[in-house]
Amino acid sequence: MNKIFDVPLYAFDRSPDQDAVTPVRHKVILIGAGPVGLAAAIDLAQQGVEVVVLDENDKVSFGSRAICFSQRTLDIANRLGCGQPLLDKGVRWDRGKVFFDNRQVYDFNLQPDEGVANPAFINLQQYYLEQVLVERVQALQAEGAPIEIRGRNKVGAIGTHDDHVRLEVETPEGPYTVEADWLIACDGANSSARKMLGIDFEGRIFEDNFLIADVIMEADFPSERWFWFDPPFNRGQSALLHKQPDNVWRIDLQLGWDIDKEREKRPENVIPRLKAMLGEDVEFQLEWVSIYTFQCRRMEDFRRGRVLFAGDSAHQVSPFGARGANSGLQDIDNLGWKLKLVIDGKAPDSLLDSYNVERVQGADENIQCSSRSTDFITPKSQMSRLLRDAVLDLSEHYEFARPLVNSGRLSEPCTYDGSSLNSADALNGPTQTRPGSVCPDAPMGDAFLLPMLAGKYTLLTIDADAPDMLVEDGIEVTRLALSVKDDPSMALKNRYLGKADGAVYLIRPDQYVAARRDSYEENAFRQAIRRASGKE
Amino acid sequence: MSDLILTPNINDADGFYAGLLAAHDGLDKAESDALNARLVLVLANHVGDNSILTQALQAAALTDR
Ligand SMILES: Cc1cc2nc3c(=O)[nH]c(=O)nc-3n(C[C@H](O)[C@H](O)[C@H](O)COP(=O)(O)OP(=O)(O)OC[C@H]3O[C@@H](n4cnc5c(N)ncnc54)[C@H](O)[C@@H]3O)c2cc1C
Repeated sequence: MNKIFDVPLYAFDRSPDQDAVTPVRHKVILIGAGPVGLAAAIDLAQQGVEVVVLDENDKVSFGSRAICFSQRTLDIANRLGCGQPLLDKGVRWDRGKVFFDNRQVYDFNLQPDEGVANPAFINLQQYYLEQVLVERVQALQAEGAPIEIRGRNKVGAIGTHDDHVRLEVETPEGPYTVEADWLIACDGANSSARKMLGIDFEGRIFEDNFLIADVIMEADFPSERWFWFDPPFNRGQSALLHKQPDNVWRIDLQLGWDIDKEREKRPENVIPRLKAMLGEDVEFQLEWVSIYTFQCRRMEDFRRGRVLFAGDSAHQVSPFGARGANSGLQDIDNLGWKLKLVIDGKAPDSLLDSYNVERVQGADENIQCSSRSTDFITPKSQMSRLLRDAVLDLSEHYEFARPLVNSGRLSEPCTYDGSSLNSADALNGPTQTRPGSVCPDAPMGDAFLLPMLAGKYTLLTIDADAPDMLVEDGIEVTRLALSVKDDPSMALKNRYLGKADGAVYLIRPDQYVAARRDSYEENAFRQAIRRASGKE
Repeated sequence: MSDLILTPNINDADGFYAGLLAAHDGLDKAESDALNARLVLVLANHVGDNSILTQALQAAALTDR
């Protein structure tokens, strides 16, 4: 049977651009049809911005790669019109076990938040995520949206100009030149765009290798995350077992630094390792095996004039914590509406600098979290191993030590404290919803709050008055009037009011809080809108 | 922010010290190191307050005497 990642999904098709006498100019070109590039294209096309995606390949990601997708990713996917198929296919999980040496030290249950539409996490092979995104692109095309993916189109050179970018593209039918007002480089960790522009990508290399094997087995392991520190079957190293759809299991074995990668990857060497872990009599098939070494690093600036970098091309983290693809989608969430406003002339070009500031902050947070996990999982000195083992030993007996165990802190959205788009907090409300925070979800009868806030500026009033519509220098803000009475579970009150009797929130199109006050005050909100669109 | 106590604060200093030594009796170096590590973590959790813990880390480093 052919795997989805063996089948071309967007085969090469000669573009009329290849026969144009003068290079055709597009609004936005994206390099890379990975999860980040596809999401960016959908986001822009949904807003009516013309986009072309170029990828040197014509298929989804080879092998599963990312498997763990966060609540925020699912919320973003809802906004992009493709959340449901991810939920339908993904494996939900909230339990896990931690093992040390030959024993289980504790188990946990990530109590899901009450009153939110999406689960904390789902597990899904990256190729399924990409497939869902490609199908969404095709659905948009069928509706006549200006979006196109060009398979086997490899970008070979980039020329940057004040008001456009020029690309040399190689195809099976020869090269061509094409132009764009804006270029978004989503071309992954080895970004050729970054190299072509001569931009550094410095950071910390972790001297370690991990064997990842996706195996297909009919096993009765539960859908839990199992993590081993120093198990008998992989002495001195770590191991992870996690379930994906279709009876595929992710196994991740730490191998150490001094190994022969090619040798370790051969089935005759992989299979005995897996048997030692799973048991001699468990039947399994290998779907995908890979060995990786990782780095934690980011670009200094995610913007260079008319070129914007997003996803792995801009930042790379260790896989512990599932922050790679999840954070790349947060980049897109941050960028899409800003670029649309700039293209429409409704916001100054400098609004895009806030993309750089906010997402650099996000990347730094992710790099810090994933570096800390790595330092716990692979102690770098005798003393750090001693402390690590002390934490694990204590965790078996005392609850207090469990929060210190760090086998990956799963991805959460960044709060943009200090962003120039925020206005000073003018509500004595919950810190969870201070300016710079992503809006928490809340139940609204049969529906949920977040979809009501998607893709436009919103004036959210909770037991407070305000006009139904406000237009400030071309930016339209529509009111969403709610009352704590709309939500008997009190989630809306607890998350947005706290002790206050009422509140007015200005919410950005990416569902982030820009400003909040206890009541509507026209001048203050006009100013907040200006700030939130980069005009102050 | 409260201050780390750096003046005598243990009721029975000699008794505590003897207990600390006794806890290490019969342990080899590796076991003793592990015990010390666990002890630090148990005490740190009892303190809880991060500002006190930060001050304790600085005090123990003996760098700004
Ligand atoms: C083992 C492993 C486990 C992981 N687990 C997780 C996880 O659980 N959760 C998570 O969020 N992340 C995880 N990640 C990270 C995740 O896979 C990446 O962060 C994600 O794929 C990045 O997406 P991207 O779109 O930025 O880049 P990519 O997926 O790398 O896509 C880049 C695209 O650009 C194209 N391209 C490159 N150069 C050119 C060119 N010159 N011209 C045209 N096209 C080009 C490529 O063909 C490719 O399609 C994991 C990664 C690994 C390796």
